[in-house]
Amino acid sequence: MTVTRKKEPAQVVEAEPVEERWTLRLYVAGQTPKSLAAFSNLKKICEEHLAGRYRIEVIDLLVNPKLAKDDQILAVPTLIRKLPEPMKRIIGDLSDTERVLVGLDVRPAA
Amino acid sequence: MAKSSKKEKPAAQVLLKSLTGIKGLDEITGGGLPQGRPTLICGGTGCGKTLLSMEFLVRGATQFNEPGIFMSFEEKSEELTTNFASMGFDLNALAAQEKLVLEYIHIEKNEIEETGEYDLEGLFIRLGHAIDSIGAKRVVLDTIEALFSGLSNENILRAELRRLFRFLKDRGVTAIVTGEQGERTLTRHGLEEYVADCVIFLNHAVSQQIATRRLRIIKYRGSNHGTNEYPFLIDEDGFSVMPVSSLGLDHPAATGRVSTGVDRLDTMLGGKGYYKGSSILVSGTAGTGKSSMAAHFVNTACQRGERCFYFAFEESKNQIIRNMRSIGIDLEQWVNKGLLTFQNNRPTLYGLEMHLVSMHKSIERFQPSIVVIDPISNLVAAASEAEVRSMLSRLIDYLKMKQITAFCTDLTTAASVIEKTEVGISSLVDTWLLLQTIEASGERNRALYILKSRGMHHSNQIREFILSDDGIQLRNVYVGPGGVLTGSARIIQEEQDMAKALEHKQTVERKQREVEQKKALVESQIAVLRAQYQSEKDDLHVLMAREKEREASSVKGSLALARSRQADDLHQGQKAGKKPGKGTRS
Repeated sequence: MTVTRKKEPAQVVEAEPVEERWTLRLYVAGQTPKSLAAFSNLKKICEEHLAGRYRIEVIDLLVNPKLAKDDQILAVPTLIRKLPEPMKRIIGDLSDTERVLVGLDVRPAA
Repeated sequence: MAKSSKKEKPAAQVLLKSLTGIKGLDEITGGGLPQGRPTLICGGTGCGKTLLSMEFLVRGATQFNEPGIFMSFEEKSEELTTNFASMGFDLNALAAQEKLVLEYIHIEKNEIEETGEYDLEGLFIRLGHAIDSIGAKRVVLDTIEALFSGLSNENILRAELRRLFRFLKDRGVTAIVTGEQGERTLTRHGLEEYVADCVIFLNHAVSQQIATRRLRIIKYRGSNHGTNEYPFLIDEDGFSVMPVSSLGLDHPAATGRVSTGVDRLDTMLGGKGYYKGSSILVSGTAGTGKSSMAAHFVNTACQRGERCFYFAFEESKNQIIRNMRSIGIDLEQWVNKGLLTFQNNRPTLYGLEMHLVSMHKSIERFQPSIVVIDPISNLVAAASEAEVRSMLSRLIDYLKMKQITAFCTDLTTAASVIEKTEVGISSLVDTWLLLQTIEASGERNRALYILKSRGMHHSNQIREFILSDDGIQLRNVYVGPGGVLTGSARIIQEEQDMAKALEHKQTVERKQREVEQKKALVESQIAVLRAQYQSEKDDLHVLMAREKEREASSVKGSLALARSRQADDLHQGQKAGKKPGKGTRS
């Protein structure tokens, strides 16, 4: 299990996971190959880097079209990091792991 | 066409159109934008793309009961609401009535990390949801090109745009897509590739520091349309286009006449004044009384109860009213009665086309029967001579079409030929009055001359006129050795004439008296002669009486003698027969 650190490397390793809960929201439009790929990619990355500290909500815009407006969703799939603040927005099927980590501001395992 | 072909057969030939409700645009497009298809509106920054598209939606919602969606990629909904409130569009109220949905789409490149394949289904879902929520018939995407700056994968974007336009067509909404003008292309990202049905280009060009907005329909598949650049105006009423360039020369010709407001001028124009609906030009150098002539015309028209519109490019309304009061014309009463309206603009306020459009608007709104433009020569300040001529010819055509009498004044400079207008529209006008000052014996006097007046008999005289307390008054014509006498020379001539007339009168009277005297003389002579005659006649009578007596006595004597001589009876009888005859005669 890897320690996730924010900007300060000096921080105590054990102290962080307690306060940092990750809430990720994945917006999809139906069960398309792209959305399925995005979900599995996300799951993989989270397990790898944020195990036990994350929560993924999948929102199907076909079911809840109103949310597309409320959350300013344009592209599908879109991943939004709700917590921790600030909000981050990533689009695409999350196949480019490097960029996902940068986008989520997760420090990859050394 | 796909949509219309689904309908009944005869309609299949005709492209269905959605009225925009925007003044002039429906005329140019021959009935609006293509229904159920996307239209591209492109142009530079600040050319009015957003306004045009928003007005399309607002008018659709209010006039044609077609709800609309405004998807903004640039301005937030609140900003849009505030901006359009100043134009008199209450977007919130329309939204509350479910006639309009404002959707703001936020794209910020540095907030978005792209990780692999994606599509814009979110946008489609939003759009679809919005359309469904109010049953929208019209959609505006302003400006969809923002996607290009927000997302970097152009391949995906282009594929998705193509899908978007197909989506819009499939939903049967009449859509407007706006695009920023590119350097060499209509839009920066080649949107015209996708929207092939109708492309409208807006232009905001500055020439001689004066900006003019123009609209042009570059393409309208399956429909006729005006091809020119049409000037348009954005004001408190929104967008208005004037298809003024398209006017033909088939305007009706009225035979009615309208008084000039100056009695003796009416007489000069065949006794009745100008033709109704004709164009009148009054040209002259400074201070020759052009505006006064206009004021007279307006004044009599208002007295008849007609409506007049006065475009003043030189003086303010109050100044004109004050000045005309000095010649006994009260224009203010007509303003108060609503018969007369002034519009005072500096010619340089905006470009010529804008002037034309704003004049059109005012005329359409006020519906006058007479329009005064005072003076047209000042418009040259706003543009070149050729442009002014083209603008005025269109204005005059338009006024003729509407049967409005146009009264233009033109200031000529002293140096130029007076029989030439500053803007060269002389061939366009029907009646041309030339006002000039005649300089003679140390004074300048005003004179007018009818240079031309189509279709009526008119005087060929140069007439002097004065601006009196009772307005313009034409004086009698005095022709001296050096031409028409004016001013003091005329007054002297008038006096001389009066003296001559008096002298003549006196001569006649003297002659009359002489004749009277002669008559009396003759009559007295006749009386004398008659008296002489009478006395001679009396003498004759006396003489004759005496003769008779003498004869009678001589006959008596002869009878006695004959008796004594025993003479023949017959002879005596003959003589006796003669006597009574003589006696009866005398």
